[in-house]
Amino acid sequence: MSALAVVRQLLWKDLLLELRTREILTAMTVFAMLVAVVFNFAFSPSPQDALRLLPGMLWVTLAFASTLGLSRSFVLERDQQCLEALRLFPFDPGLIYAGKLLSNLLALLAVEILLLPALAVIAGVPLLGHIGALAAVLLLGSVGLVAVGTLFSAMSVNTRIREVLLPVLLFPLAAPVLISGVRSTLGILAGRPWADVLPGVRLLVAFDVIFVVVGYLIFEYVVEE
Amino acid sequence: MRAYIPSRGGVWVQALAVRDITKSFGPVRALRGVTLTVARGEALAIFGPNGAGKTTLLKIASTLMRPSSGQVLLFGADPSQAPHLRRLIGMVSHHSYLYPGLTGLENLLFTARLYGCSDAEARAEAMLAAVGLAGRGGDLVRTYSRGMTQRLSIARALVHDPQILLLDEPYTGLDRSSAAAFTELLMAMRGSRTIVLTTHSIEQGVALSDRVAILVDGVVAYEAGNGAGDVRTIERVYAECVGVPA
Amino acid sequence: MATTLTERRSEAARGADWREILIWAGTALGVAGMYMAILYAPEEATMSHAQRIFYVHVPSAWVGFLAFGVVFAASVGFLWTRRRSFDLAAHASTEIGVVFTTLAIASGAVWGKSAWGTWWTWDPRLTTTFMLWFIYVVSLMVRAYGGSGGQSARFAAVLGIVGFLDIPLIHLSVVWWRSLHPLPVVVSSEGFGSGLPPEMLYALLVNVAAFTLLYVALFSIRRAQMGAQDAIAAQRDDDRRSTFRRGLPGIQEGSR
Repeated sequence: MSALAVVRQLLWKDLLLELRTREILTAMTVFAMLVAVVFNFAFSPSPQDALRLLPGMLWVTLAFASTLGLSRSFVLERDQQCLEALRLFPFDPGLIYAGKLLSNLLALLAVEILLLPALAVIAGVPLLGHIGALAAVLLLGSVGLVAVGTLFSAMSVNTRIREVLLPVLLFPLAAPVLISGVRSTLGILAGRPWADVLPGVRLLVAFDVIFVVVGYLIFEYVVEE
Repeated sequence: MRAYIPSRGGVWVQALAVRDITKSFGPVRALRGVTLTVARGEALAIFGPNGAGKTTLLKIASTLMRPSSGQVLLFGADPSQAPHLRRLIGMVSHHSYLYPGLTGLENLLFTARLYGCSDAEARAEAMLAAVGLAGRGGDLVRTYSRGMTQRLSIARALVHDPQILLLDEPYTGLDRSSAAAFTELLMAMRGSRTIVLTTHSIEQGVALSDRVAILVDGVVAYEAGNGAGDVRTIERVYAECVGVPA
Repeated sequence: MATTLTERRSEAARGADWREILIWAGTALGVAGMYMAILYAPEEATMSHAQRIFYVHVPSAWVGFLAFGVVFAASVGFLWTRRRSFDLAAHASTEIGVVFTTLAIASGAVWGKSAWGTWWTWDPRLTTTFMLWFIYVVSLMVRAYGGSGGQSARFAAVLGIVGFLDIPLIHLSVVWWRSLHPLPVVVSSEGFGSGLPPEMLYALLVNVAAFTLLYVALFSIRRAQMGAQDAIAAQRDDDRRSTFRRGLPGIQEGSR
């Protein structure tokens, strides 16, 4: 069976499970909205401030919301030791990582699609003009978050302190994504020329490529016994 | 008390062979040199107290776990070098390996497709019927009883038609009638598939198997073909090996 | 530690082992380094005597990163060979690395206070060192809470590899974010050491050498300790099992 077909099948399973209950999506979206509102309480940004603060608020909100979805994604495999069953299949364990990466990515992107307009309205910042560049940066950043997040989620789900361990692992290691994501978003919203934003985008691409590959190769060592 | 295991020459006759398997978890040595072979079509029952290493051994045989040293051979080939050989194995654990949020049919479809079966739909439906769950295939596994779940687990383990079936304490949590139904299913497979089964129930293990082995403290303490299925003899040997009054 | 008279005599007869020698050498070099840092090196132009903490800050940061490089190499070795000695090496280097990194951050903060008036600035090198500190701490958390022995060792190894590959990216992203660090006095575009008067450079190098020696010594001692702990635990497990099996009929070790 081709690798693509395997990943497609794994993704189908995750989507089917999630679409039936919509637990993860609902939790992530509600949580993201709440965090965004709390930020607004905390900073009470004026219209001038809002433009400066929005990128930070956006990315921190996404970082927190992603931990919710990421931890859930392997918990549902834990229930009946389904991860063992997945490891019994005759394909490379890295494909399990690829399947989970894609389902986590889709979940995060869905939250972003809902969050972005809400944030624009709450913060009073017009985003539509830059939507193309913003979408690109958000996509790159989401891939980065999910690439390391999926790996660490598989690690932390097997520990006593799994709720704490995942964010503690994710945030330092996803720092380049958060830093580059925020700076690039700031640059885009401020209307800076593409050359100013390019270093950040390059960093995001490098991060994505490196850690998707590393994640794929190293995943089998995380799940083996 | 050692039984003579007839050598039939030619490694392809051995469906499953583990050689000098050791497994250490840090300083703790769970398996200390286990060698067992199972011939094609044979059924082996492994008994042993908790902590003897039965689950560890089965996990290593199924390639789920890497041994600290030693070799696993499936029909003479090394599955750690050739992951596609995992297709030869079907495993039933005391966990169900099923997704409660999917229906019975979806679980089987998922499994059949990932094992590379081209006729996944046909196989899934056939297996459902074979274990008597044809009518409940469209219900979520969450709604199944324990007995039904166990039957679906067997269906899941067999949907890709594996040559070797490994069962880790499959009778756990089954009541008498479910256990009987389960035994019936396994009996139907004897001879056509190679079966390795670990269990606490000596009675059921002996009924199902051609050979028995007793694992104590990470080594094989006793191994024999049990011929006519003498439960009392095996029970006595077991008590001796484990050191409890019979 | 040798306590009785007989133990002390036999230890003295054996002579110093190489770890002791390293400790003494490192300490001696460290004393020399401190002398050079405090008395020999000239006062820096813009900042005052407090600048001398630079001679502690740079070497500790260097050792912090060196130790992490060792963690990376040992982690790769562990996942490749599964040999416990690699895991123990990674663990020992993590413990010692976190100590030196903590020292680097603390001394960096002191230097920052004297140079720029604030205890913390987000200049790229300090920030990257701080992130390294976090990765170290999380590594120790994973070893402590990561589950049974084999599992936490593997997780820590994975983290060692991912973290090491991440550090350059972290640094680049922070550099892009802001830059406040004074002109790099050791490594600049004109070449190594050209921004520093020679006396300062010598003082710095002596301290770097001292800290490195101390790292090697501490690492090997800690590594040996861990190996001994392992051996004791294995022996205990063996003893427990043989006591249990003594006197039981019909069982031979490794019988088929």
